[in-house]
Amino acid sequence: MGKVKANAGPLARRPDNSAFKQQRLPAWSPMLTAQTVLPFFYGMATVCVLLGVWLLVTVQNTHELKVDYTHAGSCDKCFEKRKDRANANQSCNCTVVFNIENTFKGDVFFYYGLINFHQNLRQYMDSRDDGQMIGRNKNLKNPSSYCEPFMKDKNGLPIAPCGAVANSMFNDSFTLVYHSAASRQVVPLFRKGITWYTDKNVKFRNPQVENKTLTLAQVFEGTGQPLYWQKPVYDLDPWDRNNNGFINEDLIVWMREAAFPNFKKLYGVLNRAIEPFTEGLPAGNYSVDISYNFPVEYFQGRKEVVLSTVSWFGGQNNFLPIAYLVTGCLILLLAVILTAVWWKFAL
Amino acid sequence: MGSLLSQLGLECGGKDVREKERHLRANDRELNLSYKYADNAIKTSKYNIFTFLPLNLFEQFQRLANAYFLFLLCLQSIPEVSSLPWYTTVVPLVLVLSMTMAKDSSDDMNRHRCDKQVNNRKVEILIGGDLSLILLYLSLLLQADLLLLSSSEPLNLVYIETAELDGETNLKVKQALTVTGKLEDSIEKLANFNGEVRCEPPNNRLDKFTGTLTLNGETYSLDNERILLRGCTLRNTQWCFGLVVFGGPDTKLMQNCGRTTFKRTSIDRLMNVLVLNIFGFLMIMCLILAIGNGIWEYQEGSKFAAFLPKGVNAPFSAFLTFWSYVIILNTVVPISLYISVEIIRLGNSFYINWDRKMYYPKSDTPAEARTTTLNEELGQIKYIFSDKTGTLTQNIMTFNKCSINGKSYGEPWQKVDFSWNNLADPKFCFHDNSLVEEVREGNPEVQAFFRLLALCHTVMPEEKKEGELYYQAQSPDEGALVTAARNFGFVFRSRTPERITVVEMGELVTYELLAVLDFNNVRKRMSVIVRSPEGKLTLYCKGADTIIFERLNPSCSNLTEVTTEHLNEFAGEGLRTLALAYKDIDPEYMEDWKLRHHEANTAMDEREEKLDALYEEIEKGLQLLGSTAVEDKLQDGVPQTIEQLSKADIKIWVLTGDKQETAENIGYSCNMLRDEMNEVFIVLKHHSTWNSISLVFHEQSFITFLLPIPPHLTLPPPSLSTQAFALEKDMEMELLRTACMCQTVICCRVTPLQKAQVVELVKKYKQAVTLAVGDGANDVSMIKAAHIGVGISGQEGMQAVLSSDYSFAQFRYLQRLLLVHGRWSYLRMCKFLRYFFYKNFTFTFVHFWYGFFCGFSAQTVYDEWFITLYNLVYTALPVLSLSLLDQDVNDWWSFQYPQLYTPGQLNQYFSKRAFVYTVLHSGYSSLVLFFIPWAAMYDTVRDDGKEIVDYQSFALLAQTCLLIAVSIQLGLDTHYWTAVNQFFLWGSLSVYFAVIFTMYSNGMFLTLISSFPFIGTARNSLNQPNVWLTMLLTSILCVLPVVAYRFLRILLWPTINDKVRGRGSTHLSLVRQDKVLPPAPRRVQARRTSTRRSGYAFSHAQGYGDLVTSGKFLRRTPKSRPALFSQTDSPLAQTQPQSYRTISEWEEPPLSP
Repeated sequence: MGKVKANAGPLARRPDNSAFKQQRLPAWSPMLTAQTVLPFFYGMATVCVLLGVWLLVTVQNTHELKVDYTHAGSCDKCFEKRKDRANANQSCNCTVVFNIENTFKGDVFFYYGLINFHQNLRQYMDSRDDGQMIGRNKNLKNPSSYCEPFMKDKNGLPIAPCGAVANSMFNDSFTLVYHSAASRQVVPLFRKGITWYTDKNVKFRNPQVENKTLTLAQVFEGTGQPLYWQKPVYDLDPWDRNNNGFINEDLIVWMREAAFPNFKKLYGVLNRAIEPFTEGLPAGNYSVDISYNFPVEYFQGRKEVVLSTVSWFGGQNNFLPIAYLVTGCLILLLAVILTAVWWKFAL
Repeated sequence: MGSLLSQLGLECGGKDVREKERHLRANDRELNLSYKYADNAIKTSKYNIFTFLPLNLFEQFQRLANAYFLFLLCLQSIPEVSSLPWYTTVVPLVLVLSMTMAKDSSDDMNRHRCDKQVNNRKVEILIGGDLSLILLYLSLLLQADLLLLSSSEPLNLVYIETAELDGETNLKVKQALTVTGKLEDSIEKLANFNGEVRCEPPNNRLDKFTGTLTLNGETYSLDNERILLRGCTLRNTQWCFGLVVFGGPDTKLMQNCGRTTFKRTSIDRLMNVLVLNIFGFLMIMCLILAIGNGIWEYQEGSKFAAFLPKGVNAPFSAFLTFWSYVIILNTVVPISLYISVEIIRLGNSFYINWDRKMYYPKSDTPAEARTTTLNEELGQIKYIFSDKTGTLTQNIMTFNKCSINGKSYGEPWQKVDFSWNNLADPKFCFHDNSLVEEVREGNPEVQAFFRLLALCHTVMPEEKKEGELYYQAQSPDEGALVTAARNFGFVFRSRTPERITVVEMGELVTYELLAVLDFNNVRKRMSVIVRSPEGKLTLYCKGADTIIFERLNPSCSNLTEVTTEHLNEFAGEGLRTLALAYKDIDPEYMEDWKLRHHEANTAMDEREEKLDALYEEIEKGLQLLGSTAVEDKLQDGVPQTIEQLSKADIKIWVLTGDKQETAENIGYSCNMLRDEMNEVFIVLKHHSTWNSISLVFHEQSFITFLLPIPPHLTLPPPSLSTQAFALEKDMEMELLRTACMCQTVICCRVTPLQKAQVVELVKKYKQAVTLAVGDGANDVSMIKAAHIGVGISGQEGMQAVLSSDYSFAQFRYLQRLLLVHGRWSYLRMCKFLRYFFYKNFTFTFVHFWYGFFCGFSAQTVYDEWFITLYNLVYTALPVLSLSLLDQDVNDWWSFQYPQLYTPGQLNQYFSKRAFVYTVLHSGYSSLVLFFIPWAAMYDTVRDDGKEIVDYQSFALLAQTCLLIAVSIQLGLDTHYWTAVNQFFLWGSLSVYFAVIFTMYSNGMFLTLISSFPFIGTARNSLNQPNVWLTMLLTSILCVLPVVAYRFLRILLWPTINDKVRGRGSTHLSLVRQDKVLPPAPRRVQARRTSTRRSGYAFSHAQGYGDLVTSGKFLRRTPKSRPALFSQTDSPLAQTQPQSYRTISEWEEPPLSP
């Protein structure tokens, strides 16, 4: 009544003698012994402390200056003005003054910062159409329904660029002025080259049309501008015709949504070809002339201007160096404790 | 012979109405079919080709997890709620469903194959007139319950062996009605037979059958004597005809099998509890976030509405957010958990199938994991319930030693050469030459000893060819004794009702058989009275030493003392002993006695008592001859296995249908019972018994239960008995309490159903994991009842194996199954679960923390593709390789330290407590993994001043940190780094980077804009040093505390595992090359000198002697029959002497040539 054998032979059903099937694969079985753990801890402590020191020195050599202009200086009146949406179409300019004590050496970056603006809300982030922004003609006139309620304007025209993200684009503009002893000099800023290469060249394209002679305005004909915008998308940069449409760099920067409600975005880079900015921003008095358009009062937000230099390690952020130092010390402490315990109990 | 069919195919009909009575008529197919009784086919398969897809899907969605994911899918289709795209759920769901489907289909295919095999056993059916007259041949295993019609034997007797049913190996007799017996084997008569049977509906009473047969207007009553049950084996009978009464699932055997319940492991149950808790936890998290969302919407969101008009109020937004978070946080109840668990169990089952050290070359049987869902439970066994016959023993008796006239023979010296005796059984083997010399020299006592053995028995000889003798013994003990006599020159040759012919040292001597004083359980002895050719009357008696010694002539007292010493010695070795004695009888007394015997025999009332008194009278003043010692051969390695298992703190209970003496003997020989133990043996009659027994227990007690005895009997009935008094409600606690106080428990005379009840009892009250091991059909119910059933594929057929979860050929493989495979499986499963929950909780908690930064808007931290692939691709293979390959210590150390097994019994590796630790650990890790990147990235920029704190870069950073941290954690958990582990771990990390660079590439974005919006993120982020420094810091902070904690734990509170691992690593090189061999396991068979225990045991039943003397038993002409049965048919023929082999688990099983 035995089972029918698959193939003949007395040992036909004998399992293979392979290392895998017999669970005898050669293996390395490390143990957490004092000989491995303690040197590792001391090593890690050293590495962390050294890294922390090095990073700290690096970060200390960068400069950063933040100027909150929400209702600083003459901006107070603009702040009040923007409280009322009826004044949306009236322009408002103001100036903030500040002082740089030490020269900002090297490349200096000009950021605008927003506090408590939630670019990371799910519904907000979804409210955009990448297909439109990459220049798909289909999407240009027929944006994704994710853009609701910023899909069509009140005339029923499709909005380009559609969606809440584009609609809420930051639209203050700044002019940085250096007040040297002699004169008042506008600090030259590059307003291009402030985006990721991939965004500028792949992710955002103007709509492609067969007729190359058409102006951008004609290309965008039949679309409406976002509700809160003062200018249509093809007219965002009046000084540079190639910086208009979906490839406008301010737009691209804005469209890369921040992960946290407090963020800063690049506005311009110091043009170091012109004296006296070849070394960076010299110490002295500065002012920023602001075209104050973006209302922050609604969400109890704040706006600021940030000037910063960078190192290989990025902007000025003291967290990592300090964290490494603290971690290094903690590991050292732990290592000492472990050594003591080991000394007492195992030896 | 009519048409021969291989299939007992009838229509299978559903039985909607409960049957009250069964009614069938022979050779009337239409009538019988009209009742729609179950046919003989047994169906275990679930699907066919057409029903597979719908049924399987339906079944799968009944599983909570799958249904939950379907629900999630529905949620995701609501745009207001959907926080993740549909593919994050669909991809895993489809994968899981299809994998389960593949597994189910292969399982069902196997079942179809099995069914086919079982259902296609061949029998011959007579369909001349039609239906269900079955012809059976010798040694056939019955496949249905039959009404016996006629047989080849005189008086329509049939001999059957019921080992499959009750484990008893002695022959039993069934007799057909005379009226049907007349049918004989005439086909016409049979074809015209039109008897009508009315009988009870199918039930599970093995010992009872009531019904009537109506034939030609006359009604005959039918009882159990006429019924052959499925599972019996036909012995000593050439053929018989039967009418099928019950078929397939209706048969008594199948009704007795107990329900097949779907077995779940304790980890399964724990997992279900945990999953429910996790659901609760998930709801709480979602609730917190939803409330947060409500508050946020109320305070800030309304003001933010200019930028994001939503048109919903705060409470409704909170409600929607709740469901959105249910979708996002669903990873705490990962769908891949269940499928991974299944894969791990399947893999570990394959290891069992593949294990060479559990392969038995003699029968070419590898171990088989028939159930692939119970592996880790093998590492948690607390109680083992073992059958005796065929499981612990080989069911082979060998005549090992004897004591004759005060001299003990049989010390292993050298194998005796029996070539001088041409009638000797070549397979018999004895090791003491002096005994042969004594016989050949003509020592009168020795000769008398063997003469007794050759005369006093009920064995039937069969001589197919001149000089080729086969003995059909009622019990293997008796066969062994008669075979011994045969080899020592006293060859039992043939018998008639009046005569026994013996070849004594080459001379043919015929004895006249005057009386057989048969064996029964009260008498515990049997005697024959014979007249030698010289006319001398002699009574030969063999029986239990205690009984015989009471009846000895006082002159033997010296000899009795010496013999008692020998008997104790034999008993100490676990041998089964019988004392032998004889007595010469005065012819005149004999005449008188015979007369009275005849009177008593024909007395109408109190016949038994009268006969007993007569027997008692004549069996007095015996002369002691000596004693025999028969070894009930244990399987190889049984004592060592039991020792190992008890070192692993596993309690072993022996449940046997056999008698108390036999069971206890085995207990001694396999070291479960030792002489220093107190014996507490309890006969459970009825309630009052409990109260009357005052028990004093201590550690060294053992208990033997005699279960059960119907109250009106003082002694166990010889056949299959019923009624479980001890297992009644109010008694069971008592029973269990008492049993658990003892070191060893042996339950005797238990029916199959009671075996299951005992198992259920322990399961119910001890909350321990139980394992039942057995080899026969009588063990099926217990195998099914226990958490894990193990079938020994031995001699008693396949029934046990078929209903078992694991099967192999030898009991000793049990220790490898538990101590190695079970332990590893448990360890791996626990490691897997701990790690799996860790990685998923960590993953999910990061979302939770992010909720506080994104206005509780159910924004995910990670890329949607990462969420989809995290469990399925990035972490699947490394954790699988961990849970399929990991070993904390190798199998050699597992055997060296059976204590390593105990953590499993105590649920130490995975429990609610361990789960809480895991959750806390992941809480810590998730804090590190969210807040370190947050703080490190906050307000910083790239080295070229451009953006790096955008959502996409942060998502990439967070998910990379997470993946690296959980990978390192996996590395810490891995104790056994094979190339496969390395490959999968590094491979998965590489795949991750390959995938993100691919997914974030221009090409992917341009192909599917909406699905791959993360274009360029990898390129722009991963070239930043601060990103890498952040990853390094998170990894250090996640891992180093764990390393420190584990280091301290090993240092301060090392577990046995740590110690063994520590020792293992110092000997690592040696162990790996298998150079260190374990100290040769000694044979634990210490000589004991017992002064209080009788080694008497005799697996024999009453009722055979009558047959011998009445001549019913005797065949008409032995030579007229074709040699129908081959050598292997009788269990005795397999009595191959096996020298004991010490088992070293380390060595490969020897190759048989």
